Amino acid sequence: MSKSGISSPRTPYLLLLPGIGFLFTFFIWPIANLAQTSTQTPIAGGDTGEYEQSLRFANYLDAFLENKEQFGRSFLYAALATLAALAIAYPLAYAIAFKAGKFKNVLLVLVVAPFFTSFLLRTIAWKQILGEQGPVVPFLRDLHIISPSTTLTSSAFAVVAGMTYNFLPFMTLPLYASIDRIDPRTLEASGDLYANGITTFRKVTLPLSMPGVVAGTLLTFIPAAGDYVNAAILGSPQTKMIGNVIESRFFKIVDYPTAAALSFTLMAAILVLVTVYIRKAGTEELV
Amino acid sequence: MAVNSSIKGDLRLTNITKSYGDFTAVNDLSLTIPEGSFFALLGPSGCGKTTTLRMVAGLEEPTQGTISLGNTDITYTKPYQRPINTVFQNYALFPHLTIFENIAFGLRRRGIKDVKEQVEKALDLVELSHLANRKPTQLSGGQQQRIALARAIVNRPALLLLDEPLGALDLKLRRQMQIELKWIQKEVGLTFVHVTHDQEEAMTMADTIAVMNEGEIEQLGSPADLYDNPKTAFVANFLGQSNLIKGTISGNDGDNHIVDLFGQKISLAKNRSHAVDNSIFAGIRPEKFRISRLATPTSGNILTGGKIEDVSYIGVSTQYQVLMPWGQELMVFEQNDDGVAPFSVGEDVNISWEAGFTFALRGDEDAEAGMEVEPEEILSDDE
Repeated sequence: MSKSGISSPRTPYLLLLPGIGFLFTFFIWPIANLAQTSTQTPIAGGDTGEYEQSLRFANYLDAFLENKEQFGRSFLYAALATLAALAIAYPLAYAIAFKAGKFKNVLLVLVVAPFFTSFLLRTIAWKQILGEQGPVVPFLRDLHIISPSTTLTSSAFAVVAGMTYNFLPFMTLPLYASIDRIDPRTLEASGDLYANGITTFRKVTLPLSMPGVVAGTLLTFIPAAGDYVNAAILGSPQTKMIGNVIESRFFKIVDYPTAAALSFTLMAAILVLVTVYIRKAGTEELV
Repeated sequence: MAVNSSIKGDLRLTNITKSYGDFTAVNDLSLTIPEGSFFALLGPSGCGKTTTLRMVAGLEEPTQGTISLGNTDITYTKPYQRPINTVFQNYALFPHLTIFENIAFGLRRRGIKDVKEQVEKALDLVELSHLANRKPTQLSGGQQQRIALARAIVNRPALLLLDEPLGALDLKLRRQMQIELKWIQKEVGLTFVHVTHDQEEAMTMADTIAVMNEGEIEQLGSPADLYDNPKTAFVANFLGQSNLIKGTISGNDGDNHIVDLFGQKISLAKNRSHAVDNSIFAGIRPEKFRISRLATPTSGNILTGGKIEDVSYIGVSTQYQVLMPWGQELMVFEQNDDGVAPFSVGEDVNISWEAGFTFALRGDEDAEAGMEVEPEEILSDDE
């Protein structure tokens, strides 16, 4: 009976084992290590990169005060990129869900298609696109939208544009999933009950797609806030984000404790922001 | 432009055609639905009834023809500008809003600030006042159905459209809702246009039924008219069951035709014949037949030489299949009200009926039209 029917109560735990093992090895263990590193101080008279544990929690305050500006910039750029991605992805997801007909799957593949090439390569390509020889700058100059001396690379614009582009699929897919679930008859019902197109969008479509909006903005904002590739490739020293600071502390200055402390501060800040956001968006009410 | 609530009156469809590419869903349909009536569009899946309803709601545009309400042409007005509300097939309640807000939706869109009283009245009408603060997903199918009705009725539309409103409910609940819908329609006095494939549902509720087939109206009339005197084989078979026997008009006797059915003579009232020449199908409903043993004297129309082929006892009645000498099996429903033991398989019997129940269809019709219609597939995700 037990062989063919209901399996042993231990089965779920056995099934969890690979996942738990993976998370422990590649998440919990490194995080614990990082926490441990964040309160270390240099060994007196030791070589560069030699640290000892001395539980110096002031590392956190020092690291934060030293990099306030980069923290602020990270969150600002991430927020801008998230908003831009939302503005582009919402109509796109809406069109794929409701208007694409038989091209639905093709369009979804196209949304994911950029993932077939490397993240780095795509970001470097943006450098070309926004560069002096690329199509964008001469076009905007001809239209007198930017002055002849203005360049687009090595600017905040380029960094935000790069992030918007790179994280767009993470915004589009959850939005699509949630818009696609909307019963088109509820939209018809809204029209039938005297709501015009705009009111129907405000009162029915948008509220029903909120789970997708929340998921999409989180999936964009969180990695964008910690990103350093876009700022490194498309930015300048004036557009440094916190990810760039952490990277240089770890690999160039070999200041492990500060890098670790910055990583934790970033994590905590994102957690707080996300919690507040989810509370405000009130998605738990949506079924 | 907001909804114009002053438009009211009879709904008039004039030469409406709706095509999708090569496919004609509705073909040159003209129809007048009087204000205040309960009207049913009845037909099998794909007959164009839902398309017709959607054109009235404004969710589809007709390819040709006009739709008017009272004296106003509404053919091309937007759904939100029409004083028409719909109860959708699977209700289409707004899942993110409470029951109260679902019902208040239409009122709020019309800029009515104080909706409480009207919403509560509508909830009272459907007897679900205690559910005002729930969400639609917390309700059963039957409750959702009533909320969908309340959400439409609260707006006092000139016309209420019901698209298979009871399709997703189980049989018992459906029967109960049929009676309630009819009662509510009388109570609020609105014009109801009801689309269904369920002939029993249409007959229970509607004052007038239009039977639709392949984009056209086959016959229009009261439930009793349609059942007692169908004009086409489709109506005879789709609305209940019929025995259609091939025959020829062989003579006249005052107001009656004398009809020859495979050598046996029966009588048919002239005004109940829809045939165009002498070739006819004589139609008799199964419950109109009486079976008698050979020795028992019978009156009215008689067909002799039958043999009981099959007997099914179903409580209120017994259903027989009787094989006639010309090879056709006739259906006979006998009420179990006379204490007489049922006939048994193999018995030789005669069949008789009141001559006035006979109707006649054109002899060139397909006697099986409307018979093999599959019941519409009901997509239900309730419970």
